[in-house]
Amino acid sequence: MATSRIQRAVSGLQEWFNYRAAAFGPMYRKHMSEYWAPKNFNLWYYFGSLALLVLVNQIVTGIFLTMHFKPSAADFAPGISQAFASVELTIMRDVEWGWLIRYMHSTGASAFFIVVYLHMFRGLLYGSAQKPRELVWLLGMLIYLVLMAEAFMGYVLPWGQMSFWGAKVIISLFGAIPMVGDSLVEWIMGDYLPADATLNRFFALHVVALPLVLLLLVVLHLAALHEVGSNNPEGIDIKKKKDANGKPLDGIAFHPYYTVKDLFGVGFFLTICAFVIFFEPTVNGWFLEHDNFIAADRLVTPAHIKPVWYYTPYYAMLRVVPDKLFGVLTMFAAIAILFLVPWLDRSPVKSYRYRGWISKVALALFAFSFIWLGKIGAGPGTDPVETIVGRVLTFIYFAFFITMPLWTKSDSTKPVPERVPAHD
Amino acid sequence: MIKNAMTKLGLSLAVALTSIAPAALANSGGGMPPANTRPDNIAQVQRGAKLFFNYCVGCHSLQFVRYSRLADDLGLSEDQVMQNLNFTGAKFGDTVVSSMPAADAAVWFGKAPPDLSLEGRSKGPDWVYNYLKSFYVDHSRPLGWNNVVFPGASMPNVLWEMQGSQHATFEPKQKKQEKCSGTPAEGCNNGVREVEVCAEGKTEIDGKCLVHLEVAAAGTQNAQQFDETVRDLTAFLQYAAEPAALQRQKLGAWVVLYLAFFTFLAWLLKKEYWKDVH
Amino acid sequence: MANEGVNHGRRRFLTATTAVVGGAGALAAAVPFIKTWLPSAKAKSAGAPVQQDISKIEVGQMVIAEWRGQPIWIVRRSPEQVAALASLNSRLRDPESKNTDQQPKYAQNLYRSIKEEWLVMIGVCTHLGCSPKFHGEIKPEPFDAEWKGGFFCPCHKSRFDMAGRVFQGVPAPTNLKVPDYHFADDKTLVIGVKPEGAA
Repeated sequence: MATSRIQRAVSGLQEWFNYRAAAFGPMYRKHMSEYWAPKNFNLWYYFGSLALLVLVNQIVTGIFLTMHFKPSAADFAPGISQAFASVELTIMRDVEWGWLIRYMHSTGASAFFIVVYLHMFRGLLYGSAQKPRELVWLLGMLIYLVLMAEAFMGYVLPWGQMSFWGAKVIISLFGAIPMVGDSLVEWIMGDYLPADATLNRFFALHVVALPLVLLLLVVLHLAALHEVGSNNPEGIDIKKKKDANGKPLDGIAFHPYYTVKDLFGVGFFLTICAFVIFFEPTVNGWFLEHDNFIAADRLVTPAHIKPVWYYTPYYAMLRVVPDKLFGVLTMFAAIAILFLVPWLDRSPVKSYRYRGWISKVALALFAFSFIWLGKIGAGPGTDPVETIVGRVLTFIYFAFFITMPLWTKSDSTKPVPERVPAHD
Repeated sequence: MIKNAMTKLGLSLAVALTSIAPAALANSGGGMPPANTRPDNIAQVQRGAKLFFNYCVGCHSLQFVRYSRLADDLGLSEDQVMQNLNFTGAKFGDTVVSSMPAADAAVWFGKAPPDLSLEGRSKGPDWVYNYLKSFYVDHSRPLGWNNVVFPGASMPNVLWEMQGSQHATFEPKQKKQEKCSGTPAEGCNNGVREVEVCAEGKTEIDGKCLVHLEVAAAGTQNAQQFDETVRDLTAFLQYAAEPAALQRQKLGAWVVLYLAFFTFLAWLLKKEYWKDVH
Repeated sequence: MANEGVNHGRRRFLTATTAVVGGAGALAAAVPFIKTWLPSAKAKSAGAPVQQDISKIEVGQMVIAEWRGQPIWIVRRSPEQVAALASLNSRLRDPESKNTDQQPKYAQNLYRSIKEEWLVMIGVCTHLGCSPKFHGEIKPEPFDAEWKGGFFCPCHKSRFDMAGRVFQGVPAPTNLKVPDYHFADDKTLVIGVKPEGAA
């Protein structure tokens, strides 16, 4: 009796809703219950949904941080800015639980890059950028680019020593541009050094403008993916073999199968994040740097100035190139060249599982050079031998992309089966 | 299979975190004897607070530390804090300012003594601990003191009555042959250059090599007692740099346990649904 | 995808359990976020108890102190004003201060205070938050011909007697609020802290 009344109420509500928002049902089916994802996703396929989770975390914790943060370089006390005090006194001490929200945000920033780097490497590993997913890759790269700008500006906000000097160094990069460089640098800062104006505009960009752009790009990235369908570790196009209803034989509904699987991934990931947040929030200077616990002092540069870990591979390239303009160009080219991957990869097969040994060695060398460059960029940069090593690694990094059309085309391949073997 | 993979990922992340962490930054106190402080040792932090307010607050402020928070965290009453730790007539809810005007300080010490609210985090406990133990008499300095950990420090050894006056013994640098590449004009002869360096593991200060520090005139404490004194003070500064550490470590284990349990449930759920997939 | 042989009971049970455990976690995670809106340590410090020297206040005079950004009236009532209080009971909404939200227990008496002579009250009208005006003299007023001294709110004409009790027939619903306070000594009033031993 009662059940039937409830059932009637529910179906009545559904009807009411469907009548007024007729597009919602098909949208839900297209993206969830009838989005046919290959059944053989492996470990590498967790990082997309995890990136989305971190984005939500950054937005929610970020909103709460803006309620207490003061984007002002004016004095709170001699030598301590309002911004620094609002982070280290108000948020970290005075506001109940403020410390937790701040650590969730700072840990989230690094976690974002960890999952995004793994997500990007997955794309390289399984040829996910190849036709027909070029647009997905391009939108993803735009997300990466905006994310770097977003993270950089967020890093400036606490107005500690690393915030200030990091801002100064990174903005000065634009000074390398001939003719307009110097005036461009002043325009970006709105002053002759990073100052109150810089802090204010970075705050506006960090909390309003760039998050909007990021959200839009994420929606487009997912929409573009769901148009063409997901790739998989085998690189097999599951749309070629469909049943009578048009459902791919090797596809399974995203909901419930991948929602429950991703839920497990989320649980595992959050457990690790919670460990960092509660027991080692600075990760010994990697997530929150020691020198950023000192208020910005425009007269004293920290002894060891370097960006946060996620930028260090590019920073290393900047440092090992002896010319200022050429160094800056190298650094930006290293990011720009990633956009070209869909057209550089000429392999007839997608996944590295079916590619020859040359491709495997090349990808391993690339990953190795990226990580080692990251290590060099995080170091003091004073060792001349390391500089030479850095140049070799930079060469490998670029050679990987520039020569990609050659070895992807000529490398041997194994025949790709038509159907996905049993899921991983 | 998935479970295995997740375990492997977890392990490798944990390994990665722990292996990069020690290699991190120059100023995390690399190579120094560790302070071995425990910020959750309230008795130690209390003793350190007392030392701080007797020896340090004259010059150094704690702009981010409120007296009321000290009372809460250290288990002290308002009266205890206001009578024993507050010498400036500040209110209970105020933050700790030093009793010395910054302008005077700049005249006396060459620069204003820094605020120490975050010293335990920016420099780290190991640095603070070793710094406080490493003062030695040096008549060439304006205030007669120098420091091994921070040569040229403008601060005198305020703990000298307890430690006694420490003296340093130096030896000159030693000549050493070093391989090089370059012309004789650059000092490089036949691929070899003569350089002057301190022996392995010895600190260079003002062009001399430190052999050892020793207490020449005994203070009111012996070496072991003074070591404890400095450790207490370090523990207080470590606490002051992040009072939330007390809360987060207490709560952390429960959060991690809860999430592990949730992950286990999600894993069961995933396994149940994936019975459909062949 | 073969759906035969699916244990629906187990599936429902696991879904429900995961949802409940996850939901409980999400709720718990919301608590810190909600609590960030509580007054911060700085606000609490600014809202700490205040001391007021009362030795210079004359009989019949009112002094306004500030506590947590609100006006605190401190009135030294004359014996006539105190004596008039009981006679007003029939004209008041809550003469016996039965609404316990409006005063601490130790001030729930005819005078709504610790000492008959001293009235300590938050000077904010319980209607819409204006601050009523002090009309201490016992004399006919334009708004009340039988006025025995008290407070009159210019915003919406609410009237209160010399113990902050609200009259009948005015918009204010309840008596004015009495804050926690105590006398540290004969000269010093502390607002924001209850007397020692008081509930």
